[in-house]
Amino acid sequence: MSESVSQRSRIMKRLTTIHSRSQFAEFRPMKQPNPPSWTLKEKISRLKSTMEAVHTEVLLCNDLDFSSVFQRVVEEKGIGRLLYARNTALGSQIYLMKERTPNKLPELATYDESIENWKEQLFSVDASVTETRGGIAETGSLILWPTEEEPRLMSLVPPIHLAVLKAETIHHNFSEVIQKEKWSEQMPTNALLISGPSKTADIEQTLVYGVHGPSQLVVFVIQSN
Amino acid sequence: MPPETMPHQTLSEKSFLEDTAKALKDPQLRRNFKRAMSGLVAKRRNVFPNASEFEGLREQASAVRRKTLSRLPELLELLEFNCERNGIRVHWAETTEEANRIVLDIANEAEVRLAVKGKSMVSEEMGLNAFLEEHGIEAIESDLGEYIIQVDKELPSHIIMPAIHKNLEEISKLFQEKVDSNSTSETAEEMTATARKILRKKFHDADMGLSGVNFAVAETGTLCLVENEGNGRFCTTLPKIHVALMGIEKVVESLQDLPPLLTTLTGSATGQPITTYFNMISGPRREGEKDGPHEVHLVLLDNGRSKMYEDELLRETLLCIRCGACMNHCPVYTRIGGHAYNTVYPGPIGKILTPQIKGIENAGYLANASSLCGACVEVCPVQIPITEILLRLRHNWTHQNKKRHWTDKNRLELLIWNGWKQVFSKPGLYRIQAGLLGRLGNLLPKQTPILSRWARFRSLPRFSKKSLHRLVEEEGIDHE
Repeated sequence: MSESVSQRSRIMKRLTTIHSRSQFAEFRPMKQPNPPSWTLKEKISRLKSTMEAVHTEVLLCNDLDFSSVFQRVVEEKGIGRLLYARNTALGSQIYLMKERTPNKLPELATYDESIENWKEQLFSVDASVTETRGGIAETGSLILWPTEEEPRLMSLVPPIHLAVLKAETIHHNFSEVIQKEKWSEQMPTNALLISGPSKTADIEQTLVYGVHGPSQLVVFVIQSN
Repeated sequence: MPPETMPHQTLSEKSFLEDTAKALKDPQLRRNFKRAMSGLVAKRRNVFPNASEFEGLREQASAVRRKTLSRLPELLELLEFNCERNGIRVHWAETTEEANRIVLDIANEAEVRLAVKGKSMVSEEMGLNAFLEEHGIEAIESDLGEYIIQVDKELPSHIIMPAIHKNLEEISKLFQEKVDSNSTSETAEEMTATARKILRKKFHDADMGLSGVNFAVAETGTLCLVENEGNGRFCTTLPKIHVALMGIEKVVESLQDLPPLLTTLTGSATGQPITTYFNMISGPRREGEKDGPHEVHLVLLDNGRSKMYEDELLRETLLCIRCGACMNHCPVYTRIGGHAYNTVYPGPIGKILTPQIKGIENAGYLANASSLCGACVEVCPVQIPITEILLRLRHNWTHQNKKRHWTDKNRLELLIWNGWKQVFSKPGLYRIQAGLLGRLGNLLPKQTPILSRWARFRSLPRFSKKSLHRLVEEEGIDHE
């Protein structure tokens, strides 16, 4: 890469020479507009309506009725094979559900191997269920930081993505969550904002859902009792 | 796709004028653009309904981009440092040839035969697809719009909606002829489903993913991609190698710089409060992780940008976040479409970028293709003074070639301007002229010498029988 090194030094030399003899207006940080101050209920309702506007199903539940709501959705959608992460809190819950009432849940699959050895299986599951790190009320977004347990492709390859969001992790806006959670000190290899199912309007501006990623996104918002 | 049939851009004033005339006479093309552009204009208006709120938002976005320019060398070094620390390999390219070679070397080292591509305007600048094709590597566009035009061997006609010049019937015919002869795809839903099936296979098989970069965050070494389809996530996650291509101006200082840029980008581009995916990549797969590329490369391309950086006004071209709002609102672009320009970047941003990338002597004529109405300046989310830059480029273009310097050479023009000065500084002469034009002006045939050149592409104005002065005398002024 020695060629690239000399390219680098030529580009940087040009830029620094210009920079040293140029005047730049001093940067003054803009006064950020006051963030909205919504109650939890308002945040939930804002997230729900914004996500529903882009074809997302948002279901409000609590710790007690989550299982039954979840089972109903899985059944209604006719999911035959569901991908989940065994070693998460959500995973244990689903595992128990399957133990208790085996015929209420479809066949479960887990992402145990690296993608190179698991590609065919991943491309053949009908749906996945993942946890989320949080939500953003203003734009109707889910925050996902994929992990070893819930790898990046879990929320992309299966045609249906079921996501579980804890109501108390919904933030007002993107700026707030970056600051509060100190993202700049701990960025993961991949961080995602997901704000609906995959969509396109490239053919005559006609909106079509499910072009490359999931065609359906279902969000279970869990409010603690 | 054999290389010789790949589209190329040709820069010539003559062919620009010919293609413009051709486009203006194509009613289908004009309908397609008119419909699409008015749709995009309306969507943008809906997402920014409050003018003063939008002003506040774009003040912020513009300030973030201006901060980048005021610290560009330092931020690029910081970005490089943090990317490398995260395991992203950073490459620098002064020219598109060099950038192509870097990508090819990476591909050859890993014996890549098939690459999937997310949307990247820098890759269009590089002519990357054609280059890889020549070297035996298939590069498949996976953004639906880009895929459609790649199948039809065309260049994008819009930087956000590359296939906007085609209507449903045209795309349906294309699918039946070139994508799947058994396809009965007629609706947008059916065609999208067909493309999904074909491209899923490509994602599955590809060894390399190529992508652009919307913003690169220096403080964390994070590459950000904004998209709706999910193809960008596929390209940057599934193949074992990911190569991201970006212009050196796309760096921002911190994560906190992202929110205003993201909001103004998605709102200005497609009238969305946010896109489906905002993908932030800070490194290849780590120990224990089950997916993600094993290698992530970042190619930083200059291609004329450091030269733009030199001049205080021209530098502002580098503020651009490639939203396309300037073309959506441009009366010229809306009428002639993107292909007539024959450049990677069409519309207002193309008119100021291309002459600076390709050289004023080769592409300076593009700066003339504007009425300077300023619609682009009003909507630009980062406040680029496009019309001022156009005027500067016109000036530079005129002066780089003395033959075009009309005020030096053209007596007729001097004569006309002197006449104009006399008439407008002597009320008596002015009244005589106004009276004459009012009575006889409409009898002037289009073929009148001098006038005919102006009237070649325009309708002659109708002169009113009564001058404005007379009307005011008669009717008074209504202050409402």
